[in-house]
Amino acid sequence: MSPELAIRLRGVVKHYGPIRAVDGLDLDVPLGTCVGLLGPNGAGKSTTMRLLTAQAIADEGELAVLGHKLPDDSKAARALCGVSPQLDNLDVTLTVEQNLLVFAYLYRVPRSERREAVERSLELARLGDRRDMKVDKLSGGMRRRLLIARALVHQPRLILLDEPTVGLDPQVRQELWALIDALRSQGTTILMSTHYIEEAQRLADTVLIMSHGKGVASGPPAELVTEHAGHEVLEVYGPPERLLEVQAEAAEAGLRTRRTGTSISILGVDGDGYPVEGERRPANLEDVFVLLTGEEID
Amino acid sequence: MATRAEPGKLGRLERPALAGVLVREIVNFSSYWRSSTFSSTVEPTIYLLAFGFGFGSLVSTIGGYSYVEFVGTGTVATAVLFSSAFPAMFGTFVKYQFQRTYDAILAAPVDTEELVTAEALWIATRASVYGCVPMFVAMVFGLDPSWGMLTVPLIAWVSGFGWACFGIMIAGFASSIENFNYVVSAVLTPLFLVAGTFFPIEGLPEWAQVLAKFNPLYHCVELVRHAVFGFEGWVDVASVGALVLFGLVMWRIAIHAMERKLID
Repeated sequence: MSPELAIRLRGVVKHYGPIRAVDGLDLDVPLGTCVGLLGPNGAGKSTTMRLLTAQAIADEGELAVLGHKLPDDSKAARALCGVSPQLDNLDVTLTVEQNLLVFAYLYRVPRSERREAVERSLELARLGDRRDMKVDKLSGGMRRRLLIARALVHQPRLILLDEPTVGLDPQVRQELWALIDALRSQGTTILMSTHYIEEAQRLADTVLIMSHGKGVASGPPAELVTEHAGHEVLEVYGPPERLLEVQAEAAEAGLRTRRTGTSISILGVDGDGYPVEGERRPANLEDVFVLLTGEEID
Repeated sequence: MATRAEPGKLGRLERPALAGVLVREIVNFSSYWRSSTFSSTVEPTIYLLAFGFGFGSLVSTIGGYSYVEFVGTGTVATAVLFSSAFPAMFGTFVKYQFQRTYDAILAAPVDTEELVTAEALWIATRASVYGCVPMFVAMVFGLDPSWGMLTVPLIAWVSGFGWACFGIMIAGFASSIENFNYVVSAVLTPLFLVAGTFFPIEGLPEWAQVLAKFNPLYHCVELVRHAVFGFEGWVDVASVGALVLFGLVMWRIAIHAMERKLID
């Protein structure tokens, strides 16, 4: 395989009973980039993450992480990866520092570097002043920071972030984005799953849009938007009958539309001249997502 | 990006992986050792005192031992069972289901085989310490010290390893924590009573005596008694064999059960 890829998946299939959670997925994560898996709950993002640590075994397809084939060589791959799971699994009866220390052992940080590794992670999580606090006394945002810092205790080359900001309030989310962005600028390869459009748009160099276990489109967020939804979107508000008319007119003009709650969005209305009154806004990844999958996120 | 030597395929049952899981347990133990030590020592002591003095007033000697000596040595096996099978069942289930600790550990370079092995080693070690408590209590009430007693922690360790793996296996197969009731009532309680702890199995019907030979707890009771009062040769070798076999079989089944549970 090409050595520049941190992760390479080809034709990966994973069944749970009759459900194909991952259904012929191809994924490339080049070293030093941040790739976002974007999709609604149930799109197969978390299953993909579990496949990458061999906590789920694929039924079909090829998987390689940092040059190691899975599942046979997964232990060597896991030694080089950090994982921040969607569901918090910190040891709640232990202190912040003890949590990090245990993972320094689990990730085989050499004895002489253990102390330093724990300190570095404490600093990264900005929890130095709470090192002796039990985890169950921490706020949600602090726990998330600790979860990510724990995944970095052995300075991995690749980090898997499964929904890193799910369930957090907007301000805490921004803090975590800054943390992830800092990692990316230091050259850590990141694979992140998210169902927040804004998160993918801000952090990911490349986004893979997932739906029903498949990748439906991939590329840099801005390119995906331009390619599928154009530059501008016209949002038209009105009573339902009016919206139906607008939709029909747009279809005649060869433009695509999507319903957005109380309005209808006409995509690819670039430049002036479209004869309908409405609010113009820049096209975004959500438009692309809905267009490609027919599903709403959230 | 700096390149460093890539580790090749890593082996099975590696020391760093076992050490990682053990460190987690040891650090955790520092936060709950009081309650765990309390229940693991007080329970068998109560059995010892209740039976020792309750029955002891009716029965002065059994098979040539004073009843306190008989029960004091027998309840070593009870203490081992209580401090291995039970924590293994409940601890494993909690760490798997509620705390998701095992998800975190298996994302690290640790395999299920190493996880189960390290957990069992740790529980066995604890059980070998707690197992000696009834013997010490019995010494307070007149059990004479002997050199053979020095082998009791080892006997307790081997039994504890088997019971720890048994508990992990049950947790691996159980779909809910309520299922443990079946195991406790239908498996552990009968085994616990028909082990020669409180009364010699020679008084039981023939078939029950034969069944007792398949009870690992019985072999633990016999070995401990012989260690304290004098080994009896081949019978004891057979008991050691039975405990080692029990441990090995349970160990492999526990790993299988947890792999099924933890790896999709």
